[in-house]
Formats: sequence, C-alpha cells, structure tokens
Amino acid sequence: MCGIVGLFLKDKALEPKLGELLAGMLEVMTDRGPDSAGFAVYGAGEAGRIKLTIRGNGLETVATDLSDALARTVHASPHDTHLVLSMPADCETVARAWLAERRPDIAIIGAGKRIELYKEVGLPAEVGARFGLAKMTGTHGIGHTRMATESAVTTDGAHPFSTGADQCLVHNGSLSNHASLRRMLEPKGINFTTDNDSEVAAGYLSWKLREGATLAEALEDSLDDLDGFFTFVVGTESGFAVLRDPISCKPAVMAETDQYVAFGSEYRALVGLPGIENARVFEPEPARVYAWERN
Amino acid sequence: MPSVDLASTSRRELNGALHALDPSTNETHWRVENPQGQHALAAGLDAAITVEIAGHAGYYCAGMNKQATVVVEGNAGVGVAENMMSGTVHVKGDASQSAGATAHGGLLIIDGNASARCGISMKGIDIVVKGSIGPMSAFMAQSGNLVVLGDAGEALGDSIYEARLFVRGEVKGLGADCIEKEMRPEHIEALKALLGAAGVADSVKPEEFKRYGSARKLYNFHVDNAAAY
Repeated sequence: MCGIVGLFLKDKALEPKLGELLAGMLEVMTDRGPDSAGFAVYGAGEAGRIKLTIRGNGLETVATDLSDALARTVHASPHDTHLVLSMPADCETVARAWLAERRPDIAIIGAGKRIELYKEVGLPAEVGARFGLAKMTGTHGIGHTRMATESAVTTDGAHPFSTGADQCLVHNGSLSNHASLRRMLEPKGINFTTDNDSEVAAGYLSWKLREGATLAEALEDSLDDLDGFFTFVVGTESGFAVLRDPISCKPAVMAETDQYVAFGSEYRALVGLPGIENARVFEPEPARVYAWERN
Repeated sequence: MPSVDLASTSRRELNGALHALDPSTNETHWRVENPQGQHALAAGLDAAITVEIAGHAGYYCAGMNKQATVVVEGNAGVGVAENMMSGTVHVKGDASQSAGATAHGGLLIIDGNASARCGISMKGIDIVVKGSIGPMSAFMAQSGNLVVLGDAGEALGDSIYEARLFVRGEVKGLGADCIEKEMRPEHIEALKALLGAAGVADSVKPEEFKRYGSARKLYNFHVDNAAAY
C-alpha cells in the first residue's frame, strides 16, 4: 500500500515550520504504511560544504576520525540512529573512500548541499519523533510510510531513496522491469545499495539528470522506460515533482496555495496545512508531469 | 436538525447513528461538520434522509447508499457512491477515481470533474458529471446512464455492455467495442430528464451531446460462443 507526502514551500515565512507540517502529514499516513517511515528535508546549506547523512554502528567517533584523516573540519549533527556530517565539498570523494575502507558497516543514505535524509523501521510518528522531524526547517521535504509487500521490513527497504546529490524519490507502487533497468544503469555508473525496485527508479532519474535533462524531462522519459505501477514524488535541491503512471493505479491528491504545494496519498494527510480550506485541491492526472522549481 | 462534529465524534459513531434510524424517523436532515477527508462517511445508509457533509470526503463516501440523499460540499475521494442502490449523491466539488463504481441505481451528480474510471462496471446508476471525466471511464459498464457535460478521457466505455454514455465535449478515445451511436428521440427524452434531475435542464441542451455505446462485437455478444456453456 504505502503512503506518500510532500511539501514544497513558496512562502519563506513557513520555512521554520516545514518539519512540523511534514511530521503531521506523515503521521496521518500511518494507516497506509505502519511498518517503516522515512523523509528527506531540504534545509540550509553552507557555501562550499556538503552534507552526508550516514547511519550504522559507532557513529560517535566518525566525525573526529574523519576530521583527522582529512585534516579538515568535519561537523557532526547526530539524530538518533543517523548522523549528518558537514564537510568541505572538495572532501567528498576522499571521505567516501575513507568511510568505505575504514567503516564499511556505515551506509551513506543521502548526500548533497542541502538534503538530509532519515529512515527507520517503526510507526511513522515514532520515526519522526526519534529524528526530531518537527523541529527541522527547510524549503521542501518529502516523506513515505511503508507497508512492505515485496521485500523485508528493514531500514534499507524504507524510502526515500537517494542516488544523486540532493536528489531523492519516494514511490508508491511496484515496478516490473527494475531488474533490466538496473542492468542498463549499472554500467553507466549508477550505483545501487539495495535490491529495491524504487531505488532503481531513483537511479534512472539520477542518470537522466546527469545527462542534462531537467527534472520534468527526466520524468517524461520515465513514462517510456519504466514499466509498472507508480506514484512518484521527487525532490532536488531546488525542485519538487510528481508523476503517476498512465493508468493512475495509486492514489494521489494535491493542494496548492500562494504559500505551498502539497502532496498526499489521501486528502486526510493535507488537512492540517494552513489555509487548506481555501487551497486549490486537485487530483494529479495520470502520465502528466507536475514540477515546481524554486526561483 | 442533528449535527455531528467529526472533530469530536468518531466516524463509527456517526455511521452507527445513521444506520440505527427507524424508517419513520423525524430526524431526516443531518449535517456533518469537519469531515476532513475521512473515509466511508455516510456509507451503507438505508433511510429516506438527507446528510450534508460540510467539506471534503475521503474514500467510499455514501457507498452502498439506499434511499438517502448525501451531499458533499467539497471533493470526494475514491469510490464515491460505489455500489449505490437508490437515492441521490451530490458532490459539489470534484470526485476522485471510480465514482459510482458498480452502482445499481440512484443518481450521482458531480458538479466538478471526475477522474479515472468514473462509472466503472455501472449496473443501473445514472451519473451526471458537470465537468469532465478521466480515462477508462465506464469500463465494462452494464446498465444505466453516464452524462458528461465536459470531455471524456482515453478508452471511454471499454468492453461496455448496455449502459448509455452521453458526452457533450471531446472524447479523447473510445475503448474496445465502444462506438458512437445515433441520438434518437427516446435518447433526447431520457437525456432531458437526467439534465433536469441534475438541475441543468435550462442551460444545457440534449442536442449538444453525442451518444456512445456497445458495438456488441466482443466475445460475449457472439451467438457462436453460446455453445461454450
């Protein structure tokens, strides 16, 4: 089943409340996905620095050890089972190599100038509370509540998936040609860390974006290349997009006001948003790309 | 007039109270505040009452309705009036997928648009959509009337049986075995009555519509296949 939520703010005045609003939306979608949850938040970025969201064992010592190894300052912001590392952007390659060699049990689940990504097994409200979602700020965020159907209930299998800098995707549905897509994408340098079909969709979009497509163009192309059922909500550093498969197999409802664009698998997820009574509430059409970009 | 605030009363209590009504009840006009997109509101009614829902409704609103009039003063989620037997359901906003699915009777009026699969497998219901309908509408529609003042999406009436489809605007594409048919006087008359029931008889002319229905060429319609049973 699964539930998806997304919130893209147009009004800066709401940015301090992004996490609080997203947390409320995510919790309502518990009925659609009670076994695990995850979310990505596009918060503040620092010029010249990159953030890596990591999870695994022994997170306490990572920042110090990595600072020593790089001889540069690495900041760490712990969030329960996850840690967000902030480091000079030119250190990313060396830092990744160091983590892979010295701390192979640690997974990098998100990387970019602004993205932070969290996911865990458990009820959505508990997952949100553990990571302190309600206090997070930012311009846009997407979330997912999972009801696992085709792979185990693990943190690895939880959404969102991120396969490129500041990119993430959440998916409701299932893809039937993910194995062949994976074989097509891996030689092109798109790396996957799970067997999940949704990660392949994320990787497909990362590949298209790398080749120069806009987010909207990448999603247009996916209509030809992806086979299966899907409602996607996708985030990039400055963009937010929604796409449903041509027979609109999975539910979706959107609301737009002067202050925000919001997505929910059901309208119930949107009722806590400010001004929802007067929002333009609509159902996104099948096979039509909806994309917003920050100016 | 009983008023139920769903901010403080559960949906089960609301539906339970509506189901418990005696046919001779004097409480014939109900108002439901703060629906907030909850599912299955006013589902399974079987009394000649009116229920007004003051906002957006979730899935399966007024499903299986008998006799009652249910008014949604907002949008309705998936499957509004699904399997309705009789009565009237009036959605003042848009309806999501599968509006009026499998319904046997009654009247469903949608003031806005209906999305995909409107009237799928309809079995006798009359549906009037004042806006447009999405793709795959009236799939395997068996009986009843679907009236669309706007446009219809792809694959309208795929594998249709005997339902009648009237569309005033563009039809993006017809499904398998669905064809345009002649508008005869009896169709104009039937359409006029439906437009009247939906309250638009003065502004909308039946002559502006085209009729679509079954070409009766699929397997089930071939007498040669009767020997298979």
